[in-house]
Amino acid sequence: MEPLTQNKMTVPQRLIIMGLGVLLLGMAFGIAGSLQYVIPGLFKSFLSFEKIRPLHVSSTVFWILLAASGGVLSYVNEYAGNLFSPRLAQWQWVVFAISIVLILGSYILGIFGGREYWEFHPVLAIPVLAGWLLFAINVVRSTFKLNERPVYVWMWLTGAVGFLFVFTESYLWELPYFQKNIVRDMTVQWKSYGSLVGCWNMLVYGSGMYLMEKISKDKSYARSRVAFALFFLGLVNMMFNWSHHLYALPILPFVKHIGYLISMTELYILGRIIFKWKNSIEAAIKFEHLLPYRFLLAADLWIFLNLVLALLISVPGINLYTHGTHITVAHVMGTTIGINSMILMAVATDVLDNTCRSLRPYRKQITIGLLTANASLIVFLGALTIAGIKRALWQMGDRHTTFAEMIKDSTPYFIVFSTAGVVLFAGFCVMVYPLMKNVLSCHYYSYSKSTIIPCQQ
Amino acid sequence: MIKMTIFSLAFLFSIYTWFVYQLPVNEEVEPEALKGKMIWQEKNCTACHQLYGLGGFLGPDLTNVYSTMGPEYIKAFARNGTSIMPAFALSDEELSFLTAFLQHVDATGHSDPRQFKISLDGTIDTK
Repeated sequence: MEPLTQNKMTVPQRLIIMGLGVLLLGMAFGIAGSLQYVIPGLFKSFLSFEKIRPLHVSSTVFWILLAASGGVLSYVNEYAGNLFSPRLAQWQWVVFAISIVLILGSYILGIFGGREYWEFHPVLAIPVLAGWLLFAINVVRSTFKLNERPVYVWMWLTGAVGFLFVFTESYLWELPYFQKNIVRDMTVQWKSYGSLVGCWNMLVYGSGMYLMEKISKDKSYARSRVAFALFFLGLVNMMFNWSHHLYALPILPFVKHIGYLISMTELYILGRIIFKWKNSIEAAIKFEHLLPYRFLLAADLWIFLNLVLALLISVPGINLYTHGTHITVAHVMGTTIGINSMILMAVATDVLDNTCRSLRPYRKQITIGLLTANASLIVFLGALTIAGIKRALWQMGDRHTTFAEMIKDSTPYFIVFSTAGVVLFAGFCVMVYPLMKNVLSCHYYSYSKSTIIPCQQ
Repeated sequence: MIKMTIFSLAFLFSIYTWFVYQLPVNEEVEPEALKGKMIWQEKNCTACHQLYGLGGFLGPDLTNVYSTMGPEYIKAFARNGTSIMPAFALSDEELSFLTAFLQHVDATGHSDPRQFKISLDGTIDTK
């Protein structure tokens, strides 16, 4: 086995830095997309919505995949003492970098596979799968011989390995058996997508839990029965909770009822959050001075809000109103930005701290960015929710107005949503800039002064 | 114990997955409609439009557009675009394939939420 830490930037750090890069890129594409709601026809000639949406979605999905895998590799290395193969991680980084360039380039050229989330040509799924396979091998082999596996190690293992299966499953539409039947195709597509999100959530939440243990120095929780019970509940949801996407699809009611029932098990998590509220406040006071903890605290609040919304829209009778409206978008954005991105920013500030220099001088700047991003996110989601309610009422009403008129009437909410998106982007720029500057200047320094000067000191 | 629980869940998941793959569903798509489905994907229509409420939200849901607006309406929009939607350079043959696909989707069911009734336990069913 080779040592992970070198004099230059480590591979997990590179993955996170690349993730931060595509995050900013994805947010910029998101702003361009939101402006098309406000000014119809904007960029239509060269970057119309069918191009801008996949550019935004794929960039932000890759942010999650890159930062989550970078965080996991870094923490596996810390916990297990070494990584099975930094060379594999290096290849993963190279394969992902090439894949991202090809995927974003293909969108700009108008080449699509046309499937939600993975809107790139199916050929480009091969390098993505190959890159993930390298990551999964590294995680499995690095933790293979551990005598003790706390819950976060199991979360990393199930997330890394499960992704391989569900990502492959999302391409079953290439087989005639699935391709030739629209309802079967859509069922399997959304079955795989539901589990796919569950897989990356396992990686993100696992890293969040590891980081919390590192901050609090309390090793008992990740080895407790409660932690494992919640992990198994998450695993059940990852495997069987997907059918709440498909309440309108003409499939057997049995499948929809399973999704409904499993979704409601999350009430236990909600109840637990409320029950443990006092402990969370005490922990917040104790660790408030630590930068990664501030991100975890923000994620905690968003978990609570999103769980309430998720539970509501998982009830088929309520879902009937919200499905196909911007309330669904609000839920997705709340989860990816409020929860996933906040936890991943916590991981990023931890992994990228003390590379050459500490992030301590930037603490105030990063906190301002964090507060700006979270405040604008509230406005952003509020505007989306109101636009969603307006659409839900239109869908369920007599439809005296056309679709285009209904969208036009929602313009004020889209203006607020778009403006909040710009402020959100600015907040993330303020947070990301010092992280990138710190690490990239280290990298440059170690090269310019030759390898004699070790970057780590 | 942990390994056994994970393997048991994975086993249940495999059985459920097999069951889902075998679900009885509507008729298979005709070759023309299948070509239309490929055009739908190649032009990335799902970025703006939805089928059964799944897809982008900039444009309307097109699950039942065939029966509500008719084939000529579909062809006119796909050929000329709108102030937001680009005019896709589709040939007459490609337009007929796309229309055949939307006709097939239309025949599979309804996506209009007004077509459902809500039960007291929160479940929904078609009226």
